[in-house]
Amino acid sequence: MKVTLHIWRQSKKSTKADFAQDGKMVAYELEHVSADMSFLEMLDVLNEQLTKKGEDPVAFDHDCREGVCGSCGVVIDGVPHGPERGTTTCQLHMRSFRDGASIYVEPWRAAAFPVLKDLVVDRSAFDRVVQSGAFVSVNTGAPQDANAIPVPKADADRAFDAATCIGCGACVAACKNASAMLFVGAKVSHFLHLPQGRVEREQRARRLVAAMDAEGFGNCTNQYECEAVCPKEIPVRVIAEMNREFVRSKLVEEPPSTKRVGGDG
Amino acid sequence: MSWLFDFWRSSIGGKVTMAVTGVLLFGFVVAHLLGNLQLLAGPDAINAYAKWLHDRGALLWVARGGLLVVFLLHVATAVRLSRANKQARPVPYASEATVQATFASRSMVFSGLTLLVFVVYHLLHFTFGVTNPGDFARKGNGAGGFDVHAMVTHSFSVPAIAVVYAAAQIVLFLHLRHGLRSFAQTLGLCHRRYTPIVERLATVLAALIAAGNAFLALSVLAGIVKVAQ
Ligand code: HEM
Ligand code: FES
Repeated sequence: MKVTLHIWRQSKKSTKADFAQDGKMVAYELEHVSADMSFLEMLDVLNEQLTKKGEDPVAFDHDCREGVCGSCGVVIDGVPHGPERGTTTCQLHMRSFRDGASIYVEPWRAAAFPVLKDLVVDRSAFDRVVQSGAFVSVNTGAPQDANAIPVPKADADRAFDAATCIGCGACVAACKNASAMLFVGAKVSHFLHLPQGRVEREQRARRLVAAMDAEGFGNCTNQYECEAVCPKEIPVRVIAEMNREFVRSKLVEEPPSTKRVGGDG
Repeated sequence: MSWLFDFWRSSIGGKVTMAVTGVLLFGFVVAHLLGNLQLLAGPDAINAYAKWLHDRGALLWVARGGLLVVFLLHVATAVRLSRANKQARPVPYASEATVQATFASRSMVFSGLTLLVFVVYHLLHFTFGVTNPGDFARKGNGAGGFDVHAMVTHSFSVPAIAVVYAAAQIVLFLHLRHGLRSFAQTLGLCHRRYTPIVERLATVLAALIAAGNAFLALSVLAGIVKVAQ
């Protein structure tokens, strides 16, 4: 098959003052594309041709190419990871497009994800959010016996729904407000349903939300575009859970003080 | 109180503010419609209701003040959040697509701002009497109150006014349709059994409110309510 690609080309890193830099959409015609190629293999073919012509190949992120690492991800015709539900870009195949199609390929668009080059964005904002509290900080010593802490099946399933997040950032890219609430909600939900995670639930909710806000993501308006594009189909339930956890953590929070609140001394 | 301000300034605190003030405004809109439906019961009913409201004295002013605070908070928070949302995406997509977001959800800022303009007009019209055709708002109705019935029926006998009021209801419908769903999700209700019910209820309630208001606005032109002599 034959396709016309419109790809965002940007040679310099985005800055706050100049986000788009020299970036622009550039058209490329590509022939002899096999319907069985993955989307990234198709880009590989394009890059081979560009390299042969002495042009700069299109930079894009990828690693496992089997849908588990979360490195890949571009916005295809306005939809992160393209037209198939529950699929990463690396697992998308050219048979999902018509012969002769015009395909728009753009990087994740968010102030919190500066473009490094072409389709590659810097997602370290996610790392900083995770470092702020998406972990269990109890020192457990030697590994526990696997069944020492019983977890009901329903709870384990809920936690696992959230734990399937591969941190690709499609939720942010899809959100009309570039909000990261599906990602951060997944971190909250992941630990909320497990006894090990419950211990630190208040501080986790507060820290994760504070870290998320500090990165300059937008605010969810409950449009659920994130859920529609998430390659792991994480439900927006995790956002409701995060809202609940955050409000709860704020309600029970007490100001640090040595003064006694009640009593007679 | 700085903790409360910090809460409001956080992303989720802002959303919760929208949800709580939004649902309070919804409560007001419901009460407003139920009160106004007395227009159908004739001049005495609606005028007696207006007099009863006015006779609440200080209580009425407390309610009005509270409503104003809630409204201003709703608008101010909406402005803060939507500006942050715009800044969060400095470069737009060359190819935009929407997978499952509803039209109502995508037009919240537009419907909200339109409602703001409408509310200002509505207050200038009926509360302050600035844009009233004629001076009937100032006339007594014999019982010592304003003749609300005359004011409303004269206004709605003017097609342009009636149509503006009815058209505003389409916008109110859109705003409430998404707002009422959004409210539940923001406050943490997302459930396989209850959420579909909430979503249907949101559409039904939004439609009932909008239809009720539009019905009253058009009732004079339709000849259902007679213009006061
Ligand atoms: C009749 C008056 C109004 C009523 C009854 C009303 C009701 C609501 C409700 C119930 C919500 C949902 C809260 C949530 O997100 O959980 C909402 C959200 C919102 N309202 Fe209003 N509102 C009114 C006026 C306004 C005005 C005047 C503005 C703007 C200037 C506005 C802008 C917004 C925005 C931007 C949202 C957030 C939308 C979102 O999260 O997607 N509203 N409103
Ligand atoms: S390359 Fe690892 S998920 Fe696509």
